[in-house]
Amino acid sequence: MAELGKRAMEGDIRAASRLIRNMEDNLPGTEAEIKDIFPFTGKAHVIGITGSPGAGKSTLTDEMAAAYRKKDKTVGVMAVDPTSPFTGGALLGDRIRMQRHAEDTGVFVRSLATRGAMGGLSKAVGDGIHVLDAMGKDVIIVETVGVGQQEVEIINHAHTVLVVLVPGMGDEVQALKAGLMEIADIFVINKADRDGASKLYQETLNMLQMGKWDDGWIPPIVTVENVADPISFAQSVSDLTDKIDEHYQFLVKSNILAVRKHRKATAEINESLRATILEPILNELTANGELETMIQKIMKRELDPYSLAELVAKKYMAS
Amino acid sequence: MKNKPMRVLLAKTGLDSDGKEIRLVARGLRDECGMDVIFTGLYRSLDEIVDAALQENVDVVGLGVSNGHEMELFPRLRELLDARDAQDIILIGGGFIPKKHKTALKESGSVTEIFSPGSSVRTIAEVLRQIAASK
Repeated sequence: MAELGKRAMEGDIRAASRLIRNMEDNLPGTEAEIKDIFPFTGKAHVIGITGSPGAGKSTLTDEMAAAYRKKDKTVGVMAVDPTSPFTGGALLGDRIRMQRHAEDTGVFVRSLATRGAMGGLSKAVGDGIHVLDAMGKDVIIVETVGVGQQEVEIINHAHTVLVVLVPGMGDEVQALKAGLMEIADIFVINKADRDGASKLYQETLNMLQMGKWDDGWIPPIVTVENVADPISFAQSVSDLTDKIDEHYQFLVKSNILAVRKHRKATAEINESLRATILEPILNELTANGELETMIQKIMKRELDPYSLAELVAKKYMAS
Repeated sequence: MKNKPMRVLLAKTGLDSDGKEIRLVARGLRDECGMDVIFTGLYRSLDEIVDAALQENVDVVGLGVSNGHEMELFPRLRELLDARDAQDIILIGGGFIPKKHKTALKESGSVTEIFSPGSSVRTIAEVLRQIAASK
Protein backbone atom coordinates (compact mmCIF):
# COMPACT_ATOMS: atom_id res chain seq x y z
CA MET A 1 0.00 0.00 0.00
CA ALA A 2 0.85 3.66 -0.18
CA GLU A 3 2.78 2.80 -3.30
CA LEU A 4 0.69 5.01 -5.57
CA GLY A 5 0.97 8.06 -3.37
CA LYS A 6 4.73 7.76 -3.21
CA ARG A 7 5.03 7.34 -6.96
CA ALA A 8 2.69 10.27 -7.58
CA MET A 9 4.89 12.45 -5.43
CA GLU A 10 7.87 11.43 -7.50
CA GLY A 11 6.03 12.76 -10.52
CA ASP A 12 4.65 9.52 -11.90
CA ILE A 13 1.67 10.67 -13.94
CA ARG A 14 0.08 7.25 -14.20
CA ALA A 15 0.23 6.72 -10.45
CA ALA A 16 -1.31 10.13 -9.82
CA SER A 17 -4.15 9.62 -12.25
CA ARG A 18 -4.75 6.09 -10.95
CA LEU A 19 -4.94 7.45 -7.43
CA ILE A 20 -7.48 10.09 -8.41
CA ARG A 21 -9.51 7.44 -10.17
CA ASN A 22 -9.50 5.16 -7.13
CA MET A 23 -10.83 8.06 -5.11
CA GLU A 24 -13.48 8.75 -7.69
CA ASP A 25 -14.54 5.12 -7.62
CA ASN A 26 -14.33 5.01 -3.84
CA LEU A 27 -12.02 2.03 -3.88
CA PRO A 28 -11.19 0.59 -0.46
CA GLY A 29 -7.71 1.41 0.72
CA THR A 30 -7.58 4.77 -0.97
CA GLU A 31 -7.82 6.57 2.34
CA ALA A 32 -4.50 5.05 3.34
CA GLU A 33 -2.88 6.70 0.34
CA ILE A 34 -4.36 10.06 1.25
CA LYS A 35 -3.10 9.67 4.79
CA ASP A 36 0.40 9.18 3.44
CA ILE A 37 0.48 12.12 1.07
CA PHE A 38 -1.43 14.49 3.32
CA PRO A 39 1.61 15.79 5.25
CA PHE A 40 3.10 16.94 1.95
CA THR A 41 0.07 18.95 0.85
CA GLY A 42 -1.15 22.45 1.58
CA LYS A 43 1.45 24.31 -0.44
CA ALA A 44 -0.40 24.99 -3.67
CA HIS A 45 -2.53 27.98 -4.48
CA VAL A 46 -5.94 26.54 -5.30
CA ILE A 47 -8.02 28.57 -7.74
CA GLY A 48 -11.67 27.74 -8.31
CA ILE A 49 -13.36 28.75 -11.54
CA THR A 50 -17.09 28.61 -11.80
CA GLY A 51 -19.76 29.95 -14.12
CA SER A 52 -22.62 28.78 -16.27
CA PRO A 53 -22.09 26.27 -19.08
CA GLY A 54 -20.71 27.94 -22.15
CA ALA A 55 -19.18 30.82 -20.23
CA GLY A 56 -15.78 29.90 -21.61
CA LYS A 57 -14.27 28.43 -18.46
CA SER A 58 -12.25 25.74 -20.20
CA THR A 59 -10.74 28.13 -22.72
CA LEU A 60 -9.94 30.51 -19.90
CA THR A 61 -8.41 27.74 -17.79
CA ASP A 62 -6.29 26.66 -20.72
CA GLU A 63 -4.93 30.13 -21.23
CA MET A 64 -4.39 30.60 -17.50
CA ALA A 65 -2.32 27.44 -17.42
CA ALA A 66 -0.22 28.91 -20.24
CA ALA A 67 0.15 32.21 -18.38
CA TYR A 68 1.28 30.44 -15.21
CA ARG A 69 3.73 28.34 -17.17
CA LYS A 70 5.24 31.58 -18.44
CA LYS A 71 5.66 32.59 -14.81
CA ASP A 72 7.56 29.32 -14.32
CA LYS A 73 4.88 27.76 -12.21
CA THR A 74 3.67 24.20 -12.53
CA VAL A 75 -0.04 23.77 -12.97
CA GLY A 76 -2.60 21.12 -12.14
CA VAL A 77 -6.08 21.35 -13.61
CA MET A 78 -9.16 19.50 -12.46
CA ALA A 79 -12.13 19.83 -14.75
CA VAL A 80 -15.32 18.74 -13.08
CA ASP A 81 -18.08 17.70 -15.44
CA PRO A 82 -21.58 16.62 -14.60
CA THR A 83 -22.40 12.93 -14.72
CA SER A 84 -25.56 11.88 -16.45
CA PRO A 85 -28.11 11.18 -13.74
CA PHE A 86 -29.65 8.50 -15.94
CA THR A 87 -26.78 6.20 -16.72
CA GLY A 88 -24.03 7.44 -14.46
CA GLY A 89 -21.86 8.04 -17.49
CA ALA A 90 -20.05 11.26 -18.23
CA LEU A 91 -18.83 13.02 -21.30
CA LEU A 92 -15.74 14.87 -20.23
CA GLY A 93 -15.27 17.33 -23.00
CA ASP A 94 -13.15 19.98 -21.37
CA ARG A 95 -10.01 18.42 -22.70
CA ILE A 96 -11.03 19.52 -26.18
CA ARG A 97 -10.14 23.04 -25.21
CA MET A 98 -7.22 22.11 -23.05
CA GLN A 99 -4.84 20.16 -25.18
CA ARG A 100 -2.18 22.67 -25.86
CA HIS A 101 -0.22 21.65 -22.82
CA ALA A 102 -0.32 17.98 -23.59
CA GLU A 103 3.38 17.73 -24.19
CA ASP A 104 4.34 19.99 -21.31
CA THR A 105 5.10 17.96 -18.18
CA GLY A 106 4.47 21.06 -16.09
CA VAL A 107 0.75 20.84 -16.72
CA PHE A 108 -1.43 17.99 -15.54
CA VAL A 109 -5.05 18.02 -16.67
CA ARG A 110 -7.58 15.63 -15.18
CA SER A 111 -11.31 15.39 -15.81
CA LEU A 112 -13.50 14.35 -12.93
CA ALA A 113 -16.99 12.94 -13.32
CA THR A 114 -19.50 14.10 -10.77
CA ARG A 115 -20.84 10.82 -9.56
CA GLY A 116 -21.32 9.73 -6.01
CA ALA A 117 -24.05 10.91 -3.71
CA MET A 118 -23.81 13.00 -0.58
CA GLY A 119 -21.13 15.48 -1.31
CA GLY A 120 -19.00 12.68 -2.66
CA LEU A 121 -18.17 14.95 -5.54
CA SER A 122 -16.74 17.59 -3.34
CA LYS A 123 -14.75 14.94 -1.50
CA ALA A 124 -13.31 13.58 -4.72
CA VAL A 125 -12.30 17.09 -5.69
CA GLY A 126 -10.72 17.70 -2.29
CA ASP A 127 -8.79 14.44 -2.54
CA GLY A 128 -7.79 15.19 -6.12
CA ILE A 129 -6.40 18.53 -4.99
CA HIS A 130 -4.33 16.69 -2.38
CA VAL A 131 -2.83 14.50 -5.09
CA LEU A 132 -1.95 17.43 -7.38
CA ASP A 133 -0.65 19.31 -4.38
CA ALA A 134 1.56 16.40 -3.33
CA MET A 135 2.84 16.20 -6.90
CA GLY A 136 4.23 19.66 -6.23
CA LYS A 137 2.00 21.70 -8.50
CA ASP A 138 2.32 25.40 -7.63
CA VAL A 139 -1.10 26.32 -8.91
CA ILE A 140 -4.16 24.10 -8.98
CA ILE A 141 -7.14 25.21 -11.03
CA VAL A 142 -10.47 23.58 -10.31
CA GLU A 143 -13.03 24.24 -12.98
CA THR A 144 -16.68 23.51 -12.31
CA VAL A 145 -20.09 24.31 -13.69
CA GLY A 146 -21.57 26.64 -11.14
CA VAL A 147 -24.98 25.11 -10.89
CA GLY A 148 -26.38 23.41 -7.86
CA GLN A 149 -25.21 23.13 -4.32
CA GLN A 150 -22.65 20.44 -5.02
CA GLU A 151 -20.73 22.68 -7.34
CA VAL A 152 -20.83 25.56 -4.93
CA GLU A 153 -19.53 23.23 -2.22
CA ILE A 154 -16.50 22.43 -4.32
CA ILE A 155 -15.49 26.02 -4.13
CA ASN A 156 -14.83 25.58 -0.43
CA HIS A 157 -11.65 23.87 -1.48
CA ALA A 158 -10.33 26.96 -3.27
CA HIS A 159 -8.34 29.88 -1.92
CA THR A 160 -9.30 32.22 -4.74
CA VAL A 161 -12.64 31.96 -6.49
CA LEU A 162 -13.29 33.26 -9.98
CA VAL A 163 -16.86 33.66 -11.15
CA VAL A 164 -17.06 33.84 -14.92
CA LEU A 165 -19.94 35.80 -16.44
CA VAL A 166 -20.78 36.33 -20.08
CA PRO A 167 -22.96 38.98 -21.68
CA GLY A 168 -26.37 38.12 -22.95
CA MET A 169 -27.30 35.33 -20.59
CA GLY A 170 -29.11 37.30 -17.95
CA ASP A 171 -26.16 36.31 -15.92
CA GLU A 172 -26.03 38.82 -13.16
CA VAL A 173 -29.42 37.72 -11.87
CA GLN A 174 -28.72 34.08 -12.59
CA ALA A 175 -25.40 34.16 -10.80
CA LEU A 176 -27.03 35.84 -7.87
CA LYS A 177 -29.65 33.12 -7.74
CA ALA A 178 -27.06 30.41 -7.89
CA GLY A 179 -25.37 31.86 -4.83
CA LEU A 180 -22.24 32.59 -6.79
CA MET A 181 -21.99 36.26 -5.98
CA GLU A 182 -21.20 35.65 -2.35
CA ILE A 183 -18.31 33.37 -3.09
CA ALA A 184 -16.54 35.38 -5.78
CA ASP A 185 -13.13 36.88 -5.15
CA ILE A 186 -12.75 38.02 -8.73
CA PHE A 187 -15.41 38.50 -11.38
CA VAL A 188 -14.42 37.75 -14.92
CA ILE A 189 -16.54 39.16 -17.69
CA ASN A 190 -15.63 36.83 -20.49
CA LYS A 191 -16.32 37.39 -24.17
CA ALA A 192 -16.40 41.06 -23.33
CA ASP A 193 -16.33 42.06 -26.97
CA ARG A 194 -19.90 40.85 -27.27
CA ASP A 195 -23.02 42.97 -27.12
CA GLY A 196 -24.19 43.69 -23.63
CA ALA A 197 -20.78 43.50 -22.00
CA SER A 198 -20.79 47.04 -20.71
CA LYS A 199 -24.30 46.56 -19.35
CA LEU A 200 -23.18 43.41 -17.57
CA TYR A 201 -20.16 45.25 -16.22
CA GLN A 202 -22.37 48.03 -14.89
CA GLU A 203 -24.81 45.59 -13.32
CA THR A 204 -22.05 43.65 -11.64
CA LEU A 205 -20.53 46.87 -10.39
CA ASN A 206 -23.87 48.02 -8.97
CA MET A 207 -24.33 44.75 -7.25
CA LEU A 208 -20.84 44.90 -5.78
CA GLN A 209 -21.57 48.31 -4.36
CA MET A 210 -24.55 46.93 -2.54
CA GLY A 211 -22.53 44.16 -0.99
CA LYS A 212 -20.64 44.13 2.27
CA TRP A 213 -16.92 43.53 2.05
CA ASP A 214 -15.77 43.32 5.62
CA ASP A 215 -12.45 41.68 5.00
CA GLY A 216 -11.11 44.55 2.93
CA TRP A 217 -11.09 42.88 -0.46
CA ILE A 218 -13.59 44.22 -2.95
CA PRO A 219 -13.85 41.73 -5.80
CA PRO A 220 -12.45 43.33 -8.93
CA ILE A 221 -14.13 42.87 -12.29
CA VAL A 222 -11.73 41.74 -14.98
CA THR A 223 -12.79 41.75 -18.61
CA VAL A 224 -11.42 39.22 -21.06
CA GLU A 225 -12.02 39.54 -24.77
CA ASN A 226 -10.68 38.79 -28.20
CA VAL A 227 -10.44 35.07 -27.94
CA ALA A 228 -9.84 35.08 -31.70
CA ASP A 229 -6.68 37.17 -31.35
CA PRO A 230 -4.16 35.01 -29.52
CA ILE A 231 -1.83 37.83 -28.50
CA SER A 232 -4.40 40.15 -26.99
CA PHE A 233 -6.27 37.21 -25.43
CA ALA A 234 -3.07 35.97 -23.82
CA GLN A 235 -2.41 39.48 -22.54
CA SER A 236 -5.81 39.88 -20.90
CA VAL A 237 -5.55 36.45 -19.30
CA SER A 238 -2.05 37.26 -18.12
CA ASP A 239 -3.52 40.40 -16.50
CA LEU A 240 -6.12 38.17 -14.91
CA THR A 241 -3.47 35.93 -13.37
CA ASP A 242 -1.77 39.06 -12.02
CA LYS A 243 -5.05 39.91 -10.28
CA ILE A 244 -5.25 36.37 -8.95
CA ASP A 245 -1.72 36.63 -7.59
CA GLU A 246 -2.63 39.99 -6.07
CA HIS A 247 -5.56 38.32 -4.33
CA TYR A 248 -3.27 35.62 -2.99
CA GLN A 249 -0.85 38.25 -1.68
CA PHE A 250 -3.79 39.96 -0.01
CA LEU A 251 -4.87 36.68 1.57
CA VAL A 252 -1.40 36.15 2.96
CA LYS A 253 -0.90 39.69 4.22
CA SER A 254 -4.32 40.13 5.79
CA ASN A 255 -4.16 36.63 7.23
CA ILE A 256 -7.43 35.81 5.53
CA LEU A 257 -5.58 32.87 4.04
CA ALA A 258 -6.01 31.29 7.44
CA VAL A 259 -9.76 31.84 7.16
CA ARG A 260 -9.78 30.20 3.75
CA LYS A 261 -7.71 27.31 5.02
CA HIS A 262 -10.17 26.98 7.88
CA ARG A 263 -13.01 26.84 5.36
CA LYS A 264 -11.14 24.21 3.38
CA ALA A 265 -10.36 22.13 6.46
CA THR A 266 -14.00 22.38 7.57
CA ALA A 267 -15.13 21.02 4.23
CA GLU A 268 -12.59 18.24 4.44
CA ILE A 269 -13.57 17.05 7.89
CA ASN A 270 -17.28 17.26 7.02
CA GLU A 271 -16.70 15.16 3.96
CA SER A 272 -14.56 12.56 5.64
CA LEU A 273 -17.02 12.26 8.52
CA ARG A 274 -19.80 11.65 6.06
CA ALA A 275 -17.71 9.15 4.13
CA THR A 276 -16.54 7.31 7.23
CA ILE A 277 -19.70 7.33 9.31
CA LEU A 278 -22.77 7.85 7.19
CA GLU A 279 -21.79 6.13 4.00
CA PRO A 280 -21.06 2.66 5.45
CA ILE A 281 -24.37 2.75 7.30
CA LEU A 282 -26.25 3.75 4.19
CA ASN A 283 -24.50 1.07 2.18
CA GLU A 284 -25.46 -1.57 4.73
CA LEU A 285 -29.06 -0.37 4.92
CA THR A 286 -29.26 -0.43 1.15
CA ALA A 287 -27.72 -3.88 0.89
CA ASN A 288 -29.93 -5.52 3.52
CA GLY A 289 -33.07 -3.86 2.22
CA GLU A 290 -33.80 -1.92 5.39
CA LEU A 291 -33.55 1.36 3.54
CA GLU A 292 -36.32 0.30 1.20
CA THR A 293 -38.42 -0.89 4.15
CA MET A 294 -38.02 2.53 5.73
CA ILE A 295 -38.94 4.26 2.49
CA GLN A 296 -42.10 2.13 2.34
CA LYS A 297 -42.95 3.04 5.92
CA ILE A 298 -42.67 6.72 5.14
CA MET A 299 -44.78 6.34 2.03
CA LYS A 300 -47.52 4.51 3.96
CA ARG A 301 -47.28 7.12 6.69
CA GLU A 302 -46.48 4.43 9.25
CA LEU A 303 -43.49 6.31 10.57
CA ASP A 304 -41.88 9.66 9.95
CA PRO A 305 -38.31 10.07 8.65
CA TYR A 306 -37.08 11.51 11.94
CA SER A 307 -38.21 8.59 14.06
CA LEU A 308 -36.66 6.23 11.56
CA ALA A 309 -33.40 8.15 11.65
CA GLU A 310 -33.43 7.96 15.44
CA LEU A 311 -33.89 4.20 15.28
CA VAL A 312 -30.92 3.91 12.94
CA ALA A 313 -28.86 6.17 15.17
CA LYS A 314 -29.67 4.06 18.22
CA LYS A 315 -28.63 0.93 16.42
CA TYR A 316 -25.32 2.18 15.10
CA MET A 317 -24.08 4.73 17.57
CA ALA A 318 -22.40 3.56 20.73
CA SER A 319 -23.78 6.14 23.11
CA MET B 1 -21.81 -3.59 -5.52
CA LYS B 2 -22.15 -1.44 -8.57
CA ASN B 3 -19.65 -1.83 -11.36
CA LYS B 4 -17.16 0.95 -11.60
CA PRO B 5 -17.63 2.78 -14.88
CA MET B 6 -15.08 2.22 -17.61
CA ARG B 7 -13.06 5.23 -18.68
CA VAL B 8 -12.62 5.64 -22.38
CA LEU B 9 -10.59 8.18 -24.33
CA LEU B 10 -11.83 8.78 -27.85
CA ALA B 11 -9.40 10.49 -30.16
CA LYS B 12 -8.93 11.78 -33.66
CA THR B 13 -5.57 12.61 -35.09
CA GLY B 14 -4.14 14.55 -37.98
CA LEU B 15 -6.27 15.97 -40.71
CA ASP B 16 -9.09 13.51 -40.61
CA SER B 17 -12.86 13.68 -40.97
CA ASP B 18 -15.12 16.01 -39.03
CA GLY B 19 -15.53 13.64 -36.13
CA LYS B 20 -19.31 13.34 -36.20
CA GLU B 21 -19.09 9.58 -35.91
CA ILE B 22 -16.78 9.61 -32.93
CA ARG B 23 -18.98 12.14 -31.14
CA LEU B 24 -21.90 9.82 -31.68
CA VAL B 25 -19.94 6.93 -30.19
CA ALA B 26 -18.93 9.16 -27.28
CA ARG B 27 -22.51 10.08 -26.51
CA GLY B 28 -23.68 6.54 -26.97
CA LEU B 29 -21.11 5.07 -24.61
CA ARG B 30 -22.07 7.61 -22.02
CA ASP B 31 -25.84 7.62 -22.37
CA GLU B 32 -26.51 4.00 -23.16
CA CYS B 33 -23.64 2.32 -21.42
CA GLY B 34 -22.83 4.60 -18.48
CA MET B 35 -19.16 4.98 -19.27
CA ASP B 36 -16.91 7.95 -18.64
CA VAL B 37 -15.89 9.23 -22.01
CA ILE B 38 -13.20 11.77 -22.66
CA PHE B 39 -13.08 13.18 -26.16
CA THR B 40 -9.85 14.80 -27.27
CA GLY B 41 -11.31 16.87 -30.05
CA LEU B 42 -9.93 16.84 -33.57
CA TYR B 43 -6.44 17.27 -35.03
CA ARG B 44 -4.46 15.83 -32.11
CA SER B 45 -0.97 14.49 -32.36
CA LEU B 46 -0.34 10.94 -31.19
CA ASP B 47 1.82 12.29 -28.35
CA GLU B 48 -1.05 14.46 -27.17
CA ILE B 49 -3.34 11.45 -27.23
CA VAL B 50 -0.90 9.37 -25.18
CA ASP B 51 -0.49 12.15 -22.63
CA ALA B 52 -4.25 12.54 -22.30
CA ALA B 53 -4.66 8.78 -21.89
CA LEU B 54 -2.10 8.67 -19.08
CA GLN B 55 -3.33 11.76 -17.26
CA GLU B 56 -6.92 10.61 -17.44
CA ASN B 57 -6.20 7.03 -16.40
CA VAL B 58 -8.37 5.45 -19.04
CA ASP B 59 -8.92 1.74 -19.64
CA VAL B 60 -9.41 2.15 -23.35
CA VAL B 61 -8.19 4.45 -26.09
CA GLY B 62 -10.36 4.53 -29.18
CA LEU B 63 -8.82 6.09 -32.26
CA GLY B 64 -10.99 6.99 -35.21
CA VAL B 65 -9.17 6.76 -38.53
CA SER B 66 -10.78 7.53 -41.85
CA ASN B 67 -7.87 9.03 -43.73
CA GLY B 68 -6.20 5.84 -44.88
CA HIS B 69 -3.25 6.01 -42.51
CA GLU B 70 -4.36 3.19 -40.24
CA MET B 71 -1.34 1.03 -41.00
CA GLU B 72 0.97 3.75 -39.65
CA LEU B 73 -1.16 5.30 -36.92
CA PHE B 74 -2.27 2.29 -34.93
CA PRO B 75 1.15 0.61 -34.60
CA ARG B 76 2.74 3.96 -33.74
CA LEU B 77 0.14 4.76 -31.09
CA ARG B 78 0.54 1.29 -29.58
CA GLU B 79 4.31 1.80 -29.53
CA LEU B 80 4.02 5.18 -27.83
CA LEU B 81 1.66 3.78 -25.21
CA ASP B 82 3.95 0.82 -24.55
CA ALA B 83 6.95 3.11 -24.32
CA ARG B 84 5.22 4.87 -21.44
CA ASP B 85 4.49 1.58 -19.66
CA ALA B 86 0.85 1.65 -20.64
CA GLN B 87 0.67 -1.87 -22.00
CA ASP B 88 -2.52 -2.34 -20.02
CA ILE B 89 -4.42 0.32 -21.92
CA ILE B 90 -6.59 -1.31 -24.57
CA LEU B 91 -6.38 0.23 -28.03
CA ILE B 92 -9.38 0.01 -30.30
CA GLY B 93 -10.07 1.57 -33.64
CA GLY B 94 -12.92 2.71 -35.80
CA GLY B 95 -13.53 4.16 -39.19
CA PHE B 96 -13.25 3.25 -42.84
CA ILE B 97 -10.62 0.57 -42.71
CA PRO B 98 -10.22 -2.19 -45.32
CA LYS B 99 -10.73 -5.73 -44.14
CA LYS B 100 -7.19 -6.88 -44.88
CA HIS B 101 -5.73 -3.95 -42.93
CA LYS B 102 -8.08 -4.76 -40.10
CA THR B 103 -6.90 -8.34 -40.00
CA ALA B 104 -3.25 -7.36 -40.24
CA LEU B 105 -3.52 -4.82 -37.44
CA LYS B 106 -5.34 -7.21 -35.15
CA GLU B 107 -2.91 -10.02 -35.86
CA SER B 108 0.13 -7.88 -35.19
CA GLY B 109 -1.41 -6.92 -31.86
CA SER B 110 -1.48 -3.20 -32.63
CA VAL B 111 -5.19 -3.01 -31.93
CA THR B 112 -7.48 -5.27 -30.01
CA GLU B 113 -10.57 -4.55 -32.08
CA ILE B 114 -11.63 -2.36 -34.97
CA PHE B 115 -15.20 -1.29 -35.48
CA SER B 116 -16.67 -0.42 -38.83
CA PRO B 117 -19.33 2.12 -39.68
CA GLY B 118 -22.66 0.64 -38.70
CA SER B 119 -21.50 -1.01 -35.47
CA SER B 120 -23.97 -0.26 -32.73
CA VAL B 121 -22.81 1.50 -29.60
CA ARG B 122 -24.12 -1.38 -27.51
CA THR B 123 -21.99 -3.80 -29.47
CA ILE B 124 -18.94 -1.63 -28.95
CA ALA B 125 -19.62 -1.40 -25.22
CA GLU B 126 -20.23 -5.13 -24.96
CA VAL B 127 -16.95 -5.93 -26.74
CA LEU B 128 -15.08 -3.42 -24.57
CA ARG B 129 -16.38 -5.02 -21.41
CA GLN B 130 -15.46 -8.48 -22.66
CA ILE B 131 -11.93 -7.40 -23.56
CA ALA B 132 -11.52 -5.70 -20.19
CA ALA B 133 -12.84 -8.73 -18.33
CA SER B 134 -10.54 -11.11 -20.17
CA LYS B 135 -7.44 -9.16 -19.21
